[in-house]
Amino acid sequence: MQDSLKSSSYQQLEQKSKYTNMFLRWFLYFILILFASYFIFPLYVMVVTSLKTMEEIRQGTLLSWPSGLNLDSWAVAWGGRGYGAGDTFLRPYFWNSIKMVVPAVFFSTFIGAMTGYVLTKWRFKGDQWVFLFLLFGCFIPFQAILLPMARTLGVLGISNSVVGLVLVHTVYGIPFTTLFFRNYYVSVPTELVKAARIDGAGFFKIFFKILLPISAPIIVVTVIWQFTQIWNDFLFGSTFSFGEAAPIQVALNNMVLSSTSVKEYNVDMASAIIAGIPTLIVYVLAGKYFIRGLTSGAVKG
Amino acid sequence: MKTLKIEELSKNFGTTEVLRKINLEIDEGNFLVLLGPSGCGKSTLLNIIAGLETINEGNVFIDDYNVSKVEPKDRNIAMVFQSYALYPSMNVKENMVFGLKQAKTSKEKIEEQLEKVSKFLQVDQLLERKPSQLSGGQRQRVAIGRALVREPRIFLFDEPLSNLDAKLRVEMRREIKKLHQQLKTTVVYVTHDQTEAMSLGTRIAIMNHGVIQQNDTPENIYNKPSNTFVADFIGSPSMNLIKGTLKETSGKIFFTASDSNFEIPIKDYEFKDKSNLNNKEVFFGLRPEHIYFKKSNESDFEVNLRADLSEYIGHEQIMTFDYSNQEILAKFPSTIKIELAKETKLYFDLTQTSLFDAQTEERI
Repeated sequence: MQDSLKSSSYQQLEQKSKYTNMFLRWFLYFILILFASYFIFPLYVMVVTSLKTMEEIRQGTLLSWPSGLNLDSWAVAWGGRGYGAGDTFLRPYFWNSIKMVVPAVFFSTFIGAMTGYVLTKWRFKGDQWVFLFLLFGCFIPFQAILLPMARTLGVLGISNSVVGLVLVHTVYGIPFTTLFFRNYYVSVPTELVKAARIDGAGFFKIFFKILLPISAPIIVVTVIWQFTQIWNDFLFGSTFSFGEAAPIQVALNNMVLSSTSVKEYNVDMASAIIAGIPTLIVYVLAGKYFIRGLTSGAVKG
Repeated sequence: MKTLKIEELSKNFGTTEVLRKINLEIDEGNFLVLLGPSGCGKSTLLNIIAGLETINEGNVFIDDYNVSKVEPKDRNIAMVFQSYALYPSMNVKENMVFGLKQAKTSKEKIEEQLEKVSKFLQVDQLLERKPSQLSGGQRQRVAIGRALVREPRIFLFDEPLSNLDAKLRVEMRREIKKLHQQLKTTVVYVTHDQTEAMSLGTRIAIMNHGVIQQNDTPENIYNKPSNTFVADFIGSPSMNLIKGTLKETSGKIFFTASDSNFEIPIKDYEFKDKSNLNNKEVFFGLRPEHIYFKKSNESDFEVNLRADLSEYIGHEQIMTFDYSNQEILAKFPSTIKIELAKETKLYFDLTQTSLFDAQTEERI
């Protein structure tokens, strides 16, 4: 008698907790979907607008679906209309940015890796001071270095050139890349370096044969960080370059702001997406290593 | 010719003195263990022998050749590290031959060495694996293999077993012992574990505060510790050190503990210096395992002591007794029943005693 009573009350409780759980689950999804839409909404508007003709934009609403897959505005944004002077389009500036970002990311990452290696595995007197001063570099705002840098580029004769921008971004990136690599190499046992020294490997061999092969996670983190920073930079680009040497973010600004005629929202949107795509690609390709690299700690033998 | 000789070696890191005037010699084929508490400088000494640390004063000789300023790779040594330090990106084979490749050894010679050593250490099935795919014991074996293929004059081991679990540690200890018996190479081995030191070493150098306290055979270290530090450091539980004075009457010497009137006769003790023994303040040292429940030698000294504490650890029990207000520990088989808070008759084995000067703490 008592047993059956007990089991029925347990059934009730079980039923109740099932409903509670179900409700909470639905509520959770509702919140998640709400936030996801909030974040995806601007992208939706951009994509949809870029696919519309000007006619459609004037007549429809912001959210309305385009009549077809109309890529004209993308073609205009990328390659221009084909008439001579005053026609700004992204293609040459896109390549400017590539020419700037690839060497700048490469050099800043490489130098950061080297510096991190020396600061952790070849300790010298006062090395913590060197690291401290490098850290200061992370906190210096962009604006503070504009004037001295402009002067430096002038003296070197590389102002208003892609080479100049590569130099600026490499130098500005070194504190960050050094910080990343130093923190990563600190967790690599120094005994590895000792073992390699006994085995007869020198400074560079130890770096290239022992440390670099296990640095993949932190290299990915650094490359993503630097790529995003440099690709999206507007201030250095607009200060140290103009006209044909400008990177894509500067060109995008010029395109969107300087049109004298009617505002072509579809072309503007297409241009903005084109300017943002490379960083997206980098994240999609390397995103999972990014998380892994940020969270990975010690490398155990 | 000494395989390794260290002469008046001193080392400081900034203002901290890590090693002070170390002198050490090792004959060919010996297994020297550097033993001491953490921070005593034993690892630094090993790194100096390897050439990984610079020297402030003194010299290191290998085969009578001064190597103080020679690069690690040219010292004809090999080292096994605590964390194994296997190169993570290389497989077992690449790890083992890395040193030979750096030394531009011929391909045939490399293959030959690799085959010989990997068979010997039973890692020939693992050659293609990455270190991360190996167990702790296998990693240890590969690390030893990497040292072996180079056929060095001296092997350096830096606490190689402390990352292993207790069971594996005992196994690997036996393997290292076997290895040394078969190869008869010279070894310098750093550890803080006295069991490891005792079982492996043909000689043990006990270090504290950057000074070698005693450099001797394991038997002498255990039976004739040269000072109270060594006496206390070796043995578990450590040696009882009873404070008291020596009395000399008509050629016979007695020890009396402070606050007591027991007189323990000192017979057959090898004094370093027999003069001025009367009224000397000393520590009377006796190991817990040399206090017996039954009389076993004619010379055993009979005492009645009160048992205060009993620690049961399976195969044995450690009892704490009161000896005129000084605690002394004794070790018995756990089959013996001893009542607490009661006087028990015990026997001190007087052939196993050590005496230390209370001021200098040196053996007398």
